[in-house]
Amino acid sequence: MSEFLNFLMLGLTRGSMYALIALGYTLVYGVLQLINFAHSEVFMAGAFGSFLVVHLVVGEGEGLGGFEQLLVTLLGLVAGAISGAVVAFVLERVAYRPLRRRGAPKLAFLISAIGASFFLSQLFGKLFNRLGNNQFPDYLHKGEVLWTPFGARIKLLQVVIIISAVLLMIFLDRLVSGTKLGRGIRATAEDAPTAALMGVDIDRTISRTFIIGGALAGAAGFLFGYAFVFSNTMGFIPGIKAFAAAVLGGIGNIRGAMIGGLLLGVAENLIPTAPWVGGDAWIGQEWTDVVAFVLLILILVFRPTGILGERLGRAA
Amino acid sequence: MSEQAGGSSVPGRTGSVLLDVQDLEVRYGAIAAIKGISFHVEQGEIVALLGANGAGKTTTQKTVSGMLRPAAGSITFDGQRIDGIPPHKLIDLGICHVPEGRHVFPRMTVEENLAMGAFRFRSPDQDVLAHVLDLFPRLKERYGQQSGTLSGGEQQMLAIGRALMGKPRLLLLDEPSMGLAPLIVQQIFDIVRSINADGVSILLVEQNARQALSLADRGYVLETGELVLAGSGRELLADDRIRAAYLGEELAS
Repeated sequence: MSEFLNFLMLGLTRGSMYALIALGYTLVYGVLQLINFAHSEVFMAGAFGSFLVVHLVVGEGEGLGGFEQLLVTLLGLVAGAISGAVVAFVLERVAYRPLRRRGAPKLAFLISAIGASFFLSQLFGKLFNRLGNNQFPDYLHKGEVLWTPFGARIKLLQVVIIISAVLLMIFLDRLVSGTKLGRGIRATAEDAPTAALMGVDIDRTISRTFIIGGALAGAAGFLFGYAFVFSNTMGFIPGIKAFAAAVLGGIGNIRGAMIGGLLLGVAENLIPTAPWVGGDAWIGQEWTDVVAFVLLILILVFRPTGILGERLGRAA
Repeated sequence: MSEQAGGSSVPGRTGSVLLDVQDLEVRYGAIAAIKGISFHVEQGEIVALLGANGAGKTTTQKTVSGMLRPAAGSITFDGQRIDGIPPHKLIDLGICHVPEGRHVFPRMTVEENLAMGAFRFRSPDQDVLAHVLDLFPRLKERYGQQSGTLSGGEQQMLAIGRALMGKPRLLLLDEPSMGLAPLIVQQIFDIVRSINADGVSILLVEQNARQALSLADRGYVLETGELVLAGSGRELLADDRIRAAYLGEELAS
């Protein structure tokens, strides 16, 4: 039971970060029918940006109290979100909008995405790598165990990450379903020419969609960088897994991305560690990534539209 | 443009020209879809654009609403040149387009679709909303329902209601009767007449020539991108060429 809970918490922690990143893929797919493969670098930029800001403001910050820890977390989330939003905004302007203006084929967008991804990764590598050993100072006392239900060890850091992610997801859900901006985004996703007839500025809406998705990925970058280490190549695996999560939930579907992210995180941590009691696991924790991608393949074969998705290519 | 049979002296309701299209040419790549047509809509009028499939009716309307850019010619609305202005800005002048095939947002509720129609305003005008729901009581019944689940007729009502939420001065209606049962068609046309009675000018594209002409003050007939006939609704209804080409076809189908 205790091991099961430990891995469940680990899965939820990772899954909530996948979910935040997956939202960016799915939002952009909704309005552009484009998989923004440079999104993983937006996530990476969030980690670097939040580190620079937090470290500048707080320094090494030894022995922070509870309230200060909360402030550090908020500062990191905001700084990460802004960094991600700025990078995503510029990315859309430079790598995608000119292609859209020319009516370029889908393949051109994909190549542009991959190029932008390499560029950003290398750029951040040259500028910032080896910064503070690519690790946040231990503001939140990472090892600190909060509760021990059934002998499991639930860490403060895990709780902070899950709560932050859930709050951000609730915020996004409200934004998309309850505001005029959200209605504009959904209308653009469902039927862009008709949305334009209603007065929706499609270019501006696409730009804002990138900003929102970028902010979520940037915040996830802070959480991820804080929980583990960060580097200019950190985006690759979480980025691909978040993409898998978006497909799992149904690409283009916002709630699908949230569910897909959490599900993927939990599955990749629980399946390989089963049966969670006694001696050896049947599969082994080193198979985590394999399990995640086998899951993606199975989904693509047996339910290509994902859990909540409808027809691919029209989903919103 | 070619001959204009007799309709040039039909008086409009107030006489002032709201929409003026001059020598309009529209191309899809190398193909000329509209080959230099001129027509106008006066304040308060219902003007019908008639013609067979592929004649260029929808293309003309899409060009007026900014979805397509003209290759040549001018479009003037209320004294202002509007050709080349993108659609999301054009709606601010009061040109609302109900596109062919209705194009409601299927995964939004009726309420959200109507709110989309008022997107250009900070928030939807409650008086207009009440008026729309009066015109279309069905929409009131289906208010919280996803639009994709509505019947074709209900979707058409929603598409028109949504356009009205934008407080149009000129309403572009593209094939509002398409695919609908005759009873519903009659209802839709009655509502179009009452919208017009509220002072909204209407440019109507229809294949259902008899219905359209009995409603319209004036009509123009398009054939492969050129205007071949123009006149008052009554004149066109009585015109032999119209009867042979369009009304006959309609009876046969």
